[in-house]
Amino acid sequence: MKYLDEYRDAPVVRNVLAEIKRTVTRPWTLMEVCGGQTHSIIRHGLDQLLPEQIELVHGPGCPVCVTPLELIDKALVLAARPDVIFTSYGDMLRVPGTFVYAKTGTQANDLFSVKSQGGDVRIVYSPLDALKIARENPYKTVVFFAVGFETTAPANGMAVQQAAREGLDNFCVLVSHVTVPPAITAIMEAPETRVNGFLAAGHVCTIMGVGEYRPLAEKYRIPIVVTGFEPLDLAYGILNVVKQLEAGAYEVENAYARTAPNQGNLAAQKVINEVFEACDRAWRGIGVIPQSGYRLREKYVKFDAERRFPDVGAMQSIESDICRSGEVLQGLLKPDQCPAFGKQCTPLTPLGATMVSSEGACAAYYKYGRIQD
Amino acid sequence: MTTINLTNFVCPLPLRRYPQIVMGHGSGGQMMNELIEHLFAPVFAGAGQPVPLSDAAVLELPDILANGSRLAFSADSFVVSPAIFPGGDIGSLAVHGTVNDLAMMGAQPLYLSASFILEEGLSLETLGQIVQSMAAAAQIAGVRIVTGDTKVVERGHGDGLYINTNGVGILPPGINPTPGRVTPGDVLLVNGPLGDHGIAIMSLRAGLQFETQIVSDSAPLNGLAAEMLKACPDLHAMRDLTRGGLAAAANELARDANVGLEIEETAVPVQLAVAGACEMLGLDPLHVANEGKLLAIVPAGSAEVVLAAMHNHPLGQQAALIGRVTETHPGVVVGRTAIGGQRVIDLPAGELLPRIC
Ligand code: SF4
Repeated sequence: MKYLDEYRDAPVVRNVLAEIKRTVTRPWTLMEVCGGQTHSIIRHGLDQLLPEQIELVHGPGCPVCVTPLELIDKALVLAARPDVIFTSYGDMLRVPGTFVYAKTGTQANDLFSVKSQGGDVRIVYSPLDALKIARENPYKTVVFFAVGFETTAPANGMAVQQAAREGLDNFCVLVSHVTVPPAITAIMEAPETRVNGFLAAGHVCTIMGVGEYRPLAEKYRIPIVVTGFEPLDLAYGILNVVKQLEAGAYEVENAYARTAPNQGNLAAQKVINEVFEACDRAWRGIGVIPQSGYRLREKYVKFDAERRFPDVGAMQSIESDICRSGEVLQGLLKPDQCPAFGKQCTPLTPLGATMVSSEGACAAYYKYGRIQD
Repeated sequence: MTTINLTNFVCPLPLRRYPQIVMGHGSGGQMMNELIEHLFAPVFAGAGQPVPLSDAAVLELPDILANGSRLAFSADSFVVSPAIFPGGDIGSLAVHGTVNDLAMMGAQPLYLSASFILEEGLSLETLGQIVQSMAAAAQIAGVRIVTGDTKVVERGHGDGLYINTNGVGILPPGINPTPGRVTPGDVLLVNGPLGDHGIAIMSLRAGLQFETQIVSDSAPLNGLAAEMLKACPDLHAMRDLTRGGLAAAANELARDANVGLEIEETAVPVQLAVAGACEMLGLDPLHVANEGKLLAIVPAGSAEVVLAAMHNHPLGQQAALIGRVTETHPGVVVGRTAIGGQRVIDLPAGELLPRIC
C-alpha cells in the first residue's frame, strides 16, 4: 500500500492544509465534481480540517445519483422479464425507482426487490462478465446496465464491440452514460450558482485528457484543477484552486499528472468515439443537459436495450416531490438543508439516489452529520 | 484439505449408485440411514467424535449446578457460497461460528448439534469433504458434535447445502462479559488483521485474482478468549467480528452500552492485500466480514496484560489496541482518520456492494 499511503501521509497533508490557511483571505466556494471525491473528503474528515472561508459543495459526478428515474424504472421492468438476465454494477441495485411489479401488484422499487420476486438480477464487476453470461445463456437476453461517466464508457464500449464481433445477439445494454464538461457548463449557467472554482475528477481526465476544460475555464473565468482521490491529492487540488482564486487567475491545472496525462488515453477515446455519439441526456434531479451524454451509434443500435424492448421506451416516471437532490447535485443546497434529510429520508428509506449511493452527498452527510449531535 | 475417496465410505450402495444427493437421502428411510451410517458416522468417529446418530443427546455437564456456573446456549445457520473457499469451508465455518458465539459470552463450548439441509444434486464427495472438515474443526476446538439432522430439498431450492449448528457451553462463576459493563475509559482490542474472510469469499465470487491469495481467517476463538479471561476475569465485553465486520460489532456495542466508541484508524490492523482489494472494490475494510476475529473491551488498566495474553496465543499474535470508549456521542462510533480528521463509522445499509467507478 506504499503507493496509497504516500497520499495519506498525515504530516504532508497537514503542511498543505497549513498552506491553504496561509493563502486564503476571503470566502470561496469550491465544487468537487465527482462523487468519489466527495466520499474521500468525508471518509478522511478533510472537510473539517479546512479553514472556515472554504466551503466545499458537492457536484453532480455520481453516476448512481444522476441516472434518471425513468432509466431506473426501465431497468426494473427489464429485470422483471422472465426472458431477461439483468446485469449491473452493485451500487445500482438499491436505487429506488417507482415501478409497480405487474404480476404481484407489489411495489418492487429497486433491483434487489425485483430479484427477490424472481427476476434474474446479477451483480457483475465488468461488462465483460455480462458478455460471458450471455454466451452461457443463449436462450435468454442479457441486459447490461451501462451506467457511468467517461471512466466506464471505454469498457462498456468494448463490450459492445466484442458482442458485435462474436455475433452475440442475446446481449444488449441499457445506456445511461453522462459526460462532465456539459455538466460544468450547466452549473455555471445556472443563475443561482455560487461555485468559484472546480476540482475536476482525475480519473475522467485519465481517459479524456484536460483539453475540454480550457474553453470552460476561459468562458466562465473559473479555475479548474484536475484532482485525484486521496486526501493529499484533494488538499493539494484545493490549495491550487485557492491560489488561483486569490491571484485572480483562471487556468486549467493538472494536479493529477501522475495518472492523467494531458491528452488522456487515446485508445480509450477511440473506443468511445467508435461506439458512442454525444446526445442530450436527462440528469436525475437536474433535467436535460444538451449534448451531455452518450448513446450508441447507428451501427450498434441493435445492442440498445431500449430498442430491443420498445415497450420500455415510452415509460414515464414521477419523481418524489419532497426530494431536493437536484439542488444538492448542483451545489445549491447542502443535504442537511433538505427538509426530509434524516427524517423521511435515510440510507434505509432513501427518497433520492443521493441518499442511496455510497458516493452520494446526502449519504455522506447523513453519516457525518451524526457526529455533531 | 484432504479429498475424500468415495471407496473409503465402504458401502457400495446406495452412495455408489448416487454420486449426488437425491431426494431419497432426506426421506427418513433406508437411504437416509445409509447416508448417516456411511458418510457422517465414519468421519465423525474417525475424528474422535461420538457418532451423532440419535435425534437428541444426553449431556454430561460437569459441576454445572454445584459451583454457580451457568449454561450458555447458541444457534447459528451457515449459508456461505461458495461452500469451499481458501482457508476453510462451510463445515469448519459452522463449527467455528457457534464455538465463537459461545466463547464471546465467556463460555467454554462443550457440545454442538449439526443439521444439514442438502440440495438434490450436491455431490457426495463435496459433502464428505465438508463433513470431514467439520469433524476436524470440532476436534481442534475441543467440542463434541452430539446430535444432528438431515433434510434434502429439491434442486434449485438451496445453495448446495446449508448447515445449522447449535451449541452449549459452560460459563464459570464470576465471568460475565456483557455490553452493560462497558464504561468510558475502557479500551478496544482486536486480535489481528481484519477483512480476510470477506475478501477471500468476495474475490472468489467475483473471479478476482490478487497478487497474494487472501485466505479466510476462520478459526475457533474459545482458546484465545479463555486466555484473555484468565488474564482479566473482569473483561467487560467481547464480540466476534462476523458479517458487518468491526463496524457492525462496534455499533452494536456502542448502542447497547450507550457509550461512544473512538477508533484510531491507523491502529487497526489490515493486511496490505486486503486493503488493496477493498480500495479496488470501493469497500471499507471495517465493514468486511471476519470469521476468526474478536473485539474485546477491557478496563484501561488491564489493557497490557490482556494484550500480552493475546500476543502469546497463535490467534492473537497481531493483536492491537485500536481505540477507546468515550462519554461523548453515545451510540456513535467515530473514526480518527490518518490525516487527523474524524468520520462516523456507520453500519453498512445492506449487502456490501462494489461501486461503479
Ligand atoms: S436528503 Fe433525501 S430527500 Fe433530501 S435531497 Fe437528499 S436524497 Fe433527496
